[in-house]
Amino acid sequence: MTMGKPLPHDAAPLHVTGQARYVDDLPLPGNALHLAFGLSTVAHGEITGLDLSAVRAAPGVVAVLSAEDFAEMPDCSPSAHDEPLLAVGKVHYVGQPVFLVVADSHLAARKAARLGKVTYRELPALLTVDDALAAGSRFEQGPVVWQKGDAAGAIAAAPRIVEGSFEVGGQEHFYLEGQVAAVIPQEGGDMVVHSSTQHPTEVQHKVAHALHLPMSAVRVEVRRMGGGFGGKESQGNALAIACAVVAHRLGRPARMRYDRDDDMVITGKRHDLRILYRAGVDEEGRILGLEFQHLFRCGWSQDLSLPVADRAMLHADNCYHLAHIRIESHRLKTNTQSATAFRGFGGPQGMVGIERVLDHVAFAVGREPLAVRKLNFYRASQEVGASGGDISARMKSQGSGEVDLTSRGAAAPVGSHALPTDGPVQTTPFHMPVEDFIGHELVAELERSSDYQARKAAIAEWNAGSPVLKRGIALTPVKFGISFTLTWLNQAGALVHVYQDGSIALNHGGTEMGQGLFQKVAQVTASVFGVDASVVKITATDTGKVPNTSATAASSGADLNGMAAKAAAETIRARLAEFIADKHQAKASAVRFVDGTVRVAGEVYGWAQVVAWAYQARVSLSSTGFYATPKIVWDRVRGVGRPFFYFAYGAAVTEVVIDRLTGENRILRADILHDTGTSLNPALDIGQVEGAYVQGAGWLTTEELVWDGKGRLATHAPSTYKIPACSDRPDVINVALWGKPNREDAVGKSKAVGEPPLMLGISALMALSDAVAACGDGSVYPALDAPATAERVLMAVRRVEGV
Amino acid sequence: MSDVAFHLNGTLVRVADQPPTRTLLDWLREDRGLCGTKEGCNEGDCGACTVMVTDAAGSRALNACILFLPQLDGKAVRTVEGITGPGGEMHPVQAAMVAQHGSQCGFCTPGFVVSMAVAHLNGARDHDDQLAGNLCRCTGYAPIIRAAEAAESEPAPYWMTSDSAFILAQVSRGMPAVSPSVRETAGMGGSAPGAFSPRDSDELAEWYLANPDATLIAGATDVGLWVTKQLRDLAPVAFLNGVEDLQGIEVQGGQLHVGACVTIAALRAAVAERLPSFGELLRRYASEQVRNAATIGGNIANGSPIGDGPPALIALGATLHLRRGDEMRSLPLEDFFLDYRKQDRRPGEFVAGVSFPEQAPGLRCYKISKRFDQDISAVCGCFNVTVDGGRVTSARIAFGGMAGVPKRAARAEAALVGQPWTIATAEAAAQAMAGDFTPLSDMRASAAYRLTTAQNLMLRYFHDLAGVPVSVLEVRA
Repeated sequence: MTMGKPLPHDAAPLHVTGQARYVDDLPLPGNALHLAFGLSTVAHGEITGLDLSAVRAAPGVVAVLSAEDFAEMPDCSPSAHDEPLLAVGKVHYVGQPVFLVVADSHLAARKAARLGKVTYRELPALLTVDDALAAGSRFEQGPVVWQKGDAAGAIAAAPRIVEGSFEVGGQEHFYLEGQVAAVIPQEGGDMVVHSSTQHPTEVQHKVAHALHLPMSAVRVEVRRMGGGFGGKESQGNALAIACAVVAHRLGRPARMRYDRDDDMVITGKRHDLRILYRAGVDEEGRILGLEFQHLFRCGWSQDLSLPVADRAMLHADNCYHLAHIRIESHRLKTNTQSATAFRGFGGPQGMVGIERVLDHVAFAVGREPLAVRKLNFYRASQEVGASGGDISARMKSQGSGEVDLTSRGAAAPVGSHALPTDGPVQTTPFHMPVEDFIGHELVAELERSSDYQARKAAIAEWNAGSPVLKRGIALTPVKFGISFTLTWLNQAGALVHVYQDGSIALNHGGTEMGQGLFQKVAQVTASVFGVDASVVKITATDTGKVPNTSATAASSGADLNGMAAKAAAETIRARLAEFIADKHQAKASAVRFVDGTVRVAGEVYGWAQVVAWAYQARVSLSSTGFYATPKIVWDRVRGVGRPFFYFAYGAAVTEVVIDRLTGENRILRADILHDTGTSLNPALDIGQVEGAYVQGAGWLTTEELVWDGKGRLATHAPSTYKIPACSDRPDVINVALWGKPNREDAVGKSKAVGEPPLMLGISALMALSDAVAACGDGSVYPALDAPATAERVLMAVRRVEGV
Repeated sequence: MSDVAFHLNGTLVRVADQPPTRTLLDWLREDRGLCGTKEGCNEGDCGACTVMVTDAAGSRALNACILFLPQLDGKAVRTVEGITGPGGEMHPVQAAMVAQHGSQCGFCTPGFVVSMAVAHLNGARDHDDQLAGNLCRCTGYAPIIRAAEAAESEPAPYWMTSDSAFILAQVSRGMPAVSPSVRETAGMGGSAPGAFSPRDSDELAEWYLANPDATLIAGATDVGLWVTKQLRDLAPVAFLNGVEDLQGIEVQGGQLHVGACVTIAALRAAVAERLPSFGELLRRYASEQVRNAATIGGNIANGSPIGDGPPALIALGATLHLRRGDEMRSLPLEDFFLDYRKQDRRPGEFVAGVSFPEQAPGLRCYKISKRFDQDISAVCGCFNVTVDGGRVTSARIAFGGMAGVPKRAARAEAALVGQPWTIATAEAAAQAMAGDFTPLSDMRASAAYRLTTAQNLMLRYFHDLAGVPVSVLEVRA
């Protein structure tokens, strides 16, 4: 069985030898043009003058475009049609594209773009959540509020109240390959687009819209990205559209890539936010009632902020049963980059909020944090009866013509229904029964394998003898919902060809950004035919082969595309089985495809031989496949339903050390146990878990985005924005997979792995909190904000020391 | 620009008619179609463009994005395409990267492979340091380190040693490694604008006196960004990598005399055992690729208030040597830094070298930054206190990041000298330090954090000398 083998990434030999091609590596015809944007230098203002004469006169410049050159400005937004390609009349953040330079080289375009003279009448800029709240600047009419039970009543009746305010920073994607697109004009005005995008169909849709073409006239191809992490779900639209506009107007190929600094200044990042919390608890730390306020800084345009903020609400419980909860989510509009998708898509923000509450509650009641976490866990799945309250049958989805069908930017309300309530199966704050909770057993296993309790005691002893350095340790769990919360996106297509020599070509709607999706789907496909994965040729994602694809996002790539490819392959296999069975007067169901052979009626034939015979017998050897995720129905406006097919689980123990004199800190060790169901490829899954943990820890430790008082991003290059480097990984990192099958019928009984492990990094922040607490006498909670830079750790140390 | 000649993946290439500040990266990708070398940041911070450069001194990893073509004259360059064998054989680090799942998106991978192959060739096994200049956003690094370790026992393939063998053979025959050199066709004496590559400091002194507005380019790790980020046209320029008499390190009379063109990598090697704390500071100076290019002269001459060399050198009591034409002068290093980015350097005058004591048992250098490796200091504090009979007899304390220039903490020093060496004295000195500095807030740290940390470093220093563990880097799980 090819499925489940720890095969290397399919492109690894190309990666290591430098042969793997990315969009900027594609040879273009010699007349290709290169583009660069001229950027706004003020956060909010009216454009009062635009002198581009020096730009036009610069060496190598072929054309310069600004708002006056467009009768209708193309839109780049994935949701609300509020992102003009170039500023029209006003600018809304520092870095907004104002004009477009077309030149004969990348460098010439960049140099010329600096020569534009733009004058502005500056307007008051809203830069912070406080600014936006005060001005009532927000998306949607008011905050979104979801509730279950009576939070205020439960808090009022609780023996103790624990409350606080928690700042959580954003995160720059820092994909190593910056945003890039190339467009080659075709006959009859058609366009071929090469884009570093997670969402080829969105690029196709936006390019077609910009050029007033049917989608069928635009073909988008994506072989691979040099990292995506959500940053290439919508942020690549502008480059592809710009190239298409130039290719259309000048009839020449065009390529655009952002220089790193431009990329960081122009594009959106993970949303930062402030989380206000108020919990009513008992003396043991049991949460009786809880209120959250999420203050999201969304930036200047809507982009994907609504579903991001939704997903934060959907993960405000994490692994904890909250009978009485109210979540109020503010989506604030500010004059900054438009915050966007980033691995976890709001889930990490929601989850770090509840983990902060648990940490604070444990501190307040003076109990060991892990004990308090367990006390609040959902009821275990094995105690759950069969009738979990399937609400999907009772809800009916309704479409809406007003939204962008390719995006997950908005969702329509659905009909009313009776809500499931807490019974034997407990429900989430959005009333979804948690039927598959494995947190108890998974955490118990990690607690044992990591030697958590003994190390905790050893650390206390070590700290007692160490005046300057202090250690800390924490275990935090993860429960992450799998599915797009915009239900219709949970579909995928695939196309499988078997050639007459037995070789197989695979295409599907998912994109490869490093996660190993192509290899996993190839393994699924190969398993259907009983051949080695190397028999399957993996081909570039292409909207001309598989249409109407959803973004490769929401961890859904393998779940959706794996199932679609499986369906396509099974169709062809069924034809082959019928053909060969017929020849042997056997039943098609008795034909076996194993180890590169086809076995029927006691005969064993080579795979390629059977394929050749089938070809000669005029059997169709090509098929599409399609998959739509079952069971999910959901009303985002009311916050009720089953948005998720299932949950993925995990837990991590992190040990850290801090210096109480400077706040310097390091992760010493991480132990991780993560649930990927029955893994399609354990090596790739472990790679995802390790990488996501470090990325999640980076978000909460060294990765600090700083804007100055004028709305200028001060950290716009790796010299100032610090993702984890090699030595920041834990000295010891032990990763194990849970290995038990998904109870839902996902591909190969596996579980999604892209996003969930990112939130394992929350354990690093909580371990730092533990170490800071060790500097005090237990009377003052560290209240450590994120990212926990050395500076924030030192300030927290001084708080608990009473300095 | 005049001709430049170098070996590229084993083949001699000549480059003509290029601007002197054309980067190797752009030339490789745009002119040669060698697209394995990637642009990740275009400022020497991510390592995706790492190439191997070999000369008579050996092979090292450098960032191609801030490496100008004239700097390669007479050398050998190997890109990721040349790390693979001539018949397509994988290098052991390439095979190990596949086997250990060291690549995900693959974009940083060529840079990692080159860094790993150079380290492998040089027998360097301090993988965290060797790879500190290569960023990966996908893997979390663990599988990459596993690959580096797995490849350690494999011998270096023959094609990896061929560049060095060829160059050394040429040198032993008294031949230039690769000919011709730039200068034979470059304008001397300032008549022709463009690039000049002096062979010794006399040529440099003469030319610079005639071209005092020229830009001197040593490692190009800072000047490179003037080109790639500020998009400046620099002319005329002089490339100093051929100035051999400024590349020496000598020990004389208890002093180390270090030429201005000594790289940080070479300096680190020279001080590692003599001044271990300085050596540790230099281990955290940028990254392997940058340390291989950057020079101590450049680090001093550019006058940055956050360079890591000057605070340590000032704490050591270093003397700076300047040359203008035939005229030499020396001054205490701290006197060179007059004001923010304003140095005591006259037109046509250049940094020739720096001298400092080869021993300083009391020296401790502390670098505080958001990230340990390859980051710029928020605060760099260097302490050099001498205690005799329980009393402080001398104190030199210098900081980077606390003022517009690298600066001594005069009040803190005064609070120490003559006092008994106790925690109370250290605390008093820390208090006094508040009068020494009025730091700024920026993206690296707030003013309050800078001052508090600087004061606390005084306490760390006391604990450190007393043998109390003070570095989180020395704690193991």
